Amino acid sequence: MAQVKMTVNGKPASGEVEGRTLLVDFIRDTLGLTGTHVGCDTSQCGACVVHVDGKAVKACSMFAAEAEGTEVTTIEGMAAEDGTMTPVQKAFQEFHGLQCGFCTPGMVMSAEAMLKDNPSPTEAEVREYLKGNICRCTGYHNIVKAILAASGQDVSNIAAE
Amino acid sequence: MYAFEIERPSTVADAVALLKQSDENQALGGGQTLIPTLKQRLAAPEVLVCLSGIDEIKGVCTDDDGRICIGGGTTHGEVAAGSGAYPALVWMAENIGDPAVRNRGTIGGSLANNDPSACYPAAVLASGATVVTNEREIAADDFFDGMFATALNEGEIITEVKFPVPEKANYQKFEQPASRFALVGVFVAKFADGVRVAVTGASEEGVFRWTEAEEALNGNFSASALDGLSVPADGMISDLHGSGAYRAHLVAVMTRRAVEAA
Amino acid sequence: MPKDGGIGASSKRREDVRFLTGAGNYTDDINLRGQAYVHFLRSDVAHGTLDNVDTSAAEGMPGVLKVFTGADFAEVGGIPCGWQVTDRHGEPMQEPPHPVLAQGKVRHVGDPIAAVVAETREQARDAAEAIEVDISDLPTVMDMKDALKDGATKVHDDLTSNLCYDWGFVEENKGAVDEAIKNAAHVTTLELVNNRLVPNAMEPRVAVGDYSRGTDDSTLYTTSQNPHVIRLLMGAFVLGIPEHKLRVVAPDVGGGFGSKIYHYAEEAFCTFAAKKLNRPVKWTCSRSEAFISDAHGRDHVTKIELALDADNNFTAVRTETYANMGAYLSTFAPSIPTWLHGTLMAGNYKTPNIYVNVKAVFTNTVPVDAYRGAGRPEATYQLERVIDKAARELGVDPIELRRQNFVTEFPYATPVAVEYDTGDYNACMDKLLEMIDMSGFDKRLADSKAKGKLRGLGVNCYIEACGIAPSNLVGQLGARAGLYESATVRVNATGGITVMTGSHSHGQGHETSFAQVVADMIGIDESMIEIEHGDTANTPMGMGTYGSRSIAVGGSAMVKATEKIIAKARKIAAHLMEASEADIELKDGQFSVAGTDKSVAWGDVTLAAYVPHNYPLEEIEPGLEETAFYDPANFTYPSGAYACEVEVDPETGKVTIESFAAADDFGNVINPMIVSGQVHGGLAQGIGQALLEQTSYDADGQLLSASYMDYAMPRADDVPFYDVDHSCQTPCTHNPLGVKGCGEAGAIGSPPSVVNAVVDALQRAGHDVTHIDMPLTPSRVWQAMQG
Repeated sequence: MAQVKMTVNGKPASGEVEGRTLLVDFIRDTLGLTGTHVGCDTSQCGACVVHVDGKAVKACSMFAAEAEGTEVTTIEGMAAEDGTMTPVQKAFQEFHGLQCGFCTPGMVMSAEAMLKDNPSPTEAEVREYLKGNICRCTGYHNIVKAILAASGQDVSNIAAE
Repeated sequence: MYAFEIERPSTVADAVALLKQSDENQALGGGQTLIPTLKQRLAAPEVLVCLSGIDEIKGVCTDDDGRICIGGGTTHGEVAAGSGAYPALVWMAENIGDPAVRNRGTIGGSLANNDPSACYPAAVLASGATVVTNEREIAADDFFDGMFATALNEGEIITEVKFPVPEKANYQKFEQPASRFALVGVFVAKFADGVRVAVTGASEEGVFRWTEAEEALNGNFSASALDGLSVPADGMISDLHGSGAYRAHLVAVMTRRAVEAA
Repeated sequence: MPKDGGIGASSKRREDVRFLTGAGNYTDDINLRGQAYVHFLRSDVAHGTLDNVDTSAAEGMPGVLKVFTGADFAEVGGIPCGWQVTDRHGEPMQEPPHPVLAQGKVRHVGDPIAAVVAETREQARDAAEAIEVDISDLPTVMDMKDALKDGATKVHDDLTSNLCYDWGFVEENKGAVDEAIKNAAHVTTLELVNNRLVPNAMEPRVAVGDYSRGTDDSTLYTTSQNPHVIRLLMGAFVLGIPEHKLRVVAPDVGGGFGSKIYHYAEEAFCTFAAKKLNRPVKWTCSRSEAFISDAHGRDHVTKIELALDADNNFTAVRTETYANMGAYLSTFAPSIPTWLHGTLMAGNYKTPNIYVNVKAVFTNTVPVDAYRGAGRPEATYQLERVIDKAARELGVDPIELRRQNFVTEFPYATPVAVEYDTGDYNACMDKLLEMIDMSGFDKRLADSKAKGKLRGLGVNCYIEACGIAPSNLVGQLGARAGLYESATVRVNATGGITVMTGSHSHGQGHETSFAQVVADMIGIDESMIEIEHGDTANTPMGMGTYGSRSIAVGGSAMVKATEKIIAKARKIAAHLMEASEADIELKDGQFSVAGTDKSVAWGDVTLAAYVPHNYPLEEIEPGLEETAFYDPANFTYPSGAYACEVEVDPETGKVTIESFAAADDFGNVINPMIVSGQVHGGLAQGIGQALLEQTSYDADGQLLSASYMDYAMPRADDVPFYDVDHSCQTPCTHNPLGVKGCGEAGAIGSPPSVVNAVVDALQRAGHDVTHIDMPLTPSRVWQAMQG
């Protein structure tokens, strides 16, 4: 066991971890931040995406020890202190971009990272960027639409109901 | 996962020293392949020597010969961002896995693993790149040694990969629908002194050079030069995603497309 | 004008805020004090005799609390099957035992052999590796037709064969059907495979068992679509715990699609072990484990014949299907290829003679049960494919051939024992044709050609049956359960309402749409209503959510309970206003006396119910809480017309979905936004089945597509924006909301149009291809083009 220290959602976080402790297990089990989910064991589904030093990573494919000294942001750290959701979060609700909610934290974290890199993506770019985030409920229609809307683009011409 | 210790050295020398302490110690690059493997308990290292804290093997620069030199610990995302002088390499890097994987996975890790469906081996082999380690420089043609096997010795770490920049190049990747690895990927690079064609995803022997295509293209760098050329289906991977014959067919299709797009 | 609230409004989902901010409460988020962890040692061979299971080394490993084997469950019941099918000869199906942990034999890769409970997850897994298992391999039973041959190795030694049942429907029709086919002007025959699918809800299954010695109460937290059903099956049949000592909680559940209906061994194990060890016991399934332990879906091999007269009227349909049950009977498995499949074989058409034969077969594979659509996709796929093939053989327009044979008068009694109450199949087809710009197809085809691509258009119709019912009928058909639904509506003193429903939401948005219904009925704001579900301790006995039944059956129960509430509130209001009850009107949350300006607000009435100072105590009880159970009179019959346009890369065989349009008739719609979302998701699953999802076993019974590395899940770049419409509405005649259900339609209706489109593209390009089995992977399409 070894001690790791990092900043999680702007606050110092530390704990004892084994070598094999994944970042996602540290976040979920040690810190009790259960918004980050685990949906696969082959680094593909993206339910566990968090930001490490500002970059989207799969928390199931990084050891907690590797996050020593980093700034980690999880889904719990996205909304403002008063609960106000980010434009991406709001757009997911507005455009029904989620159903069961299990993939949603990873989707939102990927979408936030995408829009930081590419503030006005095309539909194809959004779909391409989401390759690593699997959703079984929505058929992606409203997720893509929500992200385009969150980027400030007009989505009124996209089939709605 | 089996239990192991993690060490996070900050220099190549320290990493090598740790790896040499025991045959059971293993290097960890970005972990995007190794960590899933550990989860399946298919590997049981005593110590994982994590290379992500070694700054001296990160980053992209250009050397005096105009080669693009990429540190072994550079992520796919950083390769894509830093290799603008070699657009085919950029495209290849930015189409590996997904963005989150590209923020962790490294060129050195991919090459050391030499997955038969990985993209980097095709780029390195087609470019005639040089793989630099803490011990030596290894020419691309000497580096790959069949599926999941390379010329690397125990405890040898890829510190840098030097890519000569071709006159023209293109990478065509036909994705396996599930993993999104290459079902067949073909990297074509045209240099002043010849054309190199490297194929990944297809062969049971891992990445290979398609020399017949190279010879045809040396005389005439156009898709028509490939007319009638094919690779034998024998020795091609056959699985639920496609037969050996299908893969052999795709090799020809992807090669032609790569030449057309180069 | 879109409505602002109530029935018909696209109210934003209230559950979203917690899911979007990481505040959901899924089963794996539940951690109990003193919790231990279980790891299941699963068979890595498909068929073998368990000669010895030596746990002694494992028992001494660090952190191990106990190692369980099949012997520990000798005194416990097996996992029950909830439906008994009777075969063609009036005999009950063969029903093998399904032990919690393997006893004597292992029958599929993934069959649990032993379970280690330890202080940590990794300790449990470490110890499981130390268990020594001797298995003598037996020949595997993989191919269904081979499994039925004389002398075939048996999956279950105590059964007479690998045949679960040989079902004929309707057996009395067989002679007439055979005769009609013999006399037909044209018969189109198609042999096809409806591919096995792995459901892959994104949340893997989790179970946490808990036990209190102080009260002798057991609690199971589980990823279930129907906690009451789990409580009944596990309590009564497996562990012998009466319902009042057993609580089952299914909190936020991350998708189900059928796979979380069933009672699984791991649930029984955790509940059992928690009591044995007096510790909470938790199991979290990994994705790799899910592939070999979640019930799979589909897996039919079918031959269908469609007979037509000289005027192209359908005269008969005859089918023979082999349906894979896997190694054991999952909870509802026997009913899927029979009552949810055979009864739908009329489709949208007035075919007079239909006979369906289904042979259900045991194999050394993971059990198969309902997956989104469950039986109806299999019926729709074969029927809509054979109609398309017939149109091509006859050289007639496939849409016109369908229209000519549509059922147009309702109610319509089919030859396969069901009665469609309403529908307008031409209206859906007309709507679809408006949506897809058929006249522009030639131009799009030319554009594709210019890019070196092939292009095709596929159309199909579907009908499905939702809200399977009524209970007395399904009882006759072999169901060992009722199929009603329940609701308790609890009005609080200050007017807010808590509805406790037996339905379960695992993505469907009931918390929003159910509240819309109650708000609409009373005329109050949706925010005054809270929907509770998922906990047997505070919800009335209900059957849960599957088969697109929640709004049609659960919603109806809630309407009935709310009607009781309104009736009582009306009495109270009459008393408060000293008026006759007959004169009381309820509008916008105000009770008024007709023809006067007297009124009292909803909140005044509810307060009076709980502070009954001025109250008709001699007539009615205080309080305002009502429960209703609703048992539907019939299924509901959603229908629709779908169209898919594809491009095919002739060099690689890769199919790209260029557009997808769906015109559905769901009857009345409560929340159009949610309904569209349900269709979108169903379409992606149908497209996934048609193009991507391949469950592949080798001859030794090893699952080759056992992770996302080989099982292709639809991703965002595999699908387009869909065009969906549900403006064709023929309300259901027998439920109070006039709703039909929308949860499965997309997955039922979409596979045939994708395959029809690919065949169309290939034929337009001159390839003599009449059928390709799903999934239409690039390699399969390329292979088909090679001739």
